[in-house]
Amino acid sequence: MPSLKDLKVRIASVKATQKITKAMQLVAAAKLRRAQEAAEASRPYAERMAAVLANLAQMTAGDPDAPVLMTGNGKSDTHLLVVCTAERGLCGGFNSSIVRKAVFDARDLMAAGKEVKFLCVGRKGFDILRRLFREQIVGLIDFKSVRRVGFQQAHEVGDKLVDMFEAGEFDVATLYYAEFRSVISQKPTGLQLIPAAAEVHASEEDTHAGNAVYEYEPDATDILDALVPRNIRVQIFRALLENAASEQGARMSAMDNATRNAGEMIDRLTLQYNRTRQAQITKELIEIISGAEAL
Amino acid sequence: MAATFPFELVSPEKLLFSGDVEAVLLPGAEGELQVMAGHAPLLALLEPGIMEVTGGPAGKQRVFIDGGFCDMNGESCTVLAEAATAVEDLSAEAMDEIIAEAEEAAAALEGGERDEANRRIATLRTVKAAI
Repeated sequence: MPSLKDLKVRIASVKATQKITKAMQLVAAAKLRRAQEAAEASRPYAERMAAVLANLAQMTAGDPDAPVLMTGNGKSDTHLLVVCTAERGLCGGFNSSIVRKAVFDARDLMAAGKEVKFLCVGRKGFDILRRLFREQIVGLIDFKSVRRVGFQQAHEVGDKLVDMFEAGEFDVATLYYAEFRSVISQKPTGLQLIPAAAEVHASEEDTHAGNAVYEYEPDATDILDALVPRNIRVQIFRALLENAASEQGARMSAMDNATRNAGEMIDRLTLQYNRTRQAQITKELIEIISGAEAL
Repeated sequence: MAATFPFELVSPEKLLFSGDVEAVLLPGAEGELQVMAGHAPLLALLEPGIMEVTGGPAGKQRVFIDGGFCDMNGESCTVLAEAATAVEDLSAEAMDEIIAEAEEAAAALEGGERDEANRRIATLRTVKAAI
């Protein structure tokens, strides 16, 4: 049975925790709004990029000069999983659900006899993967010093990927991130980055002015050469922004839960405190009365 | 008044401009080009440089773009820029920063890529002089 003083200390500490979780929830809510706006603002670019790329893909279909980044190098022996996670924890199952999806796919690939490598973007995913696949992690890119993810960061990741692909370090690259659905729902998603062909075919239908004869300056293959790496960056950028929004959403609901739990705990402890206090008063009264009766 | 056409300028971070304009002057990879209403469908790579929008709702506007490409589909025109800043908001210091970054990147390259990077730096310098 805890003493009155113990209970008082515990109540105070839970109250302090509640204040922190409440503050974190509010901060996450404010950041979420900004992250969501950024994700929405990046959409027009990604959409138009996809349209142009689909158009070009049609024009150059079957062309042996088409960039290998788009058509792939014909092999699929080595898979690179690019796992994008947050820099910080305390956001519910956000990081672990992304990693779980990547690990699940990695096990499948390994069972099929493929070689699997990991590139971690964000510290938290690295921390988890390090324990499972220490040997297979080829790099970590963290944005600890970056306050807001911008196109510059996507650029870095994209360049690294293209360099690695050209050096023959992998054949297929897949990007893992959490797609932002709503504050309470973030869906871990895998997106194939290299080769990009599969993804382009899917968006072929919304090609505008499909039959227009385009003039190219310089020619179509040159443009495609320049465009495909750019598209990779744009996809990464979108993933990073989606991730940022998802992270804040996940943190917001996690902290909301934590605040509510702390509230329940305070109620329970306060009740116990009052009961104990009353019990003590009753006990003292009995002692006084029985003392008086004995006289 | 000349005919207008819908024009959009988009950077990865946001939609910068959307509206009807008379003409757009662009720094193409093979020389400057101007797009006006009724231009043939064209897909062109763009170099870093200054683009000029005329006849838009805000009159003449000059915007610095850091490379990108232009998609003119016969009716409307879209410029997808890697990065874009209105010239009024651009300072010599900001340009210096971009140039310094480009130089750093160039130092790490070799052969043909390096020549390309150097060309890019040269264009950036001209842009700086122009503002």
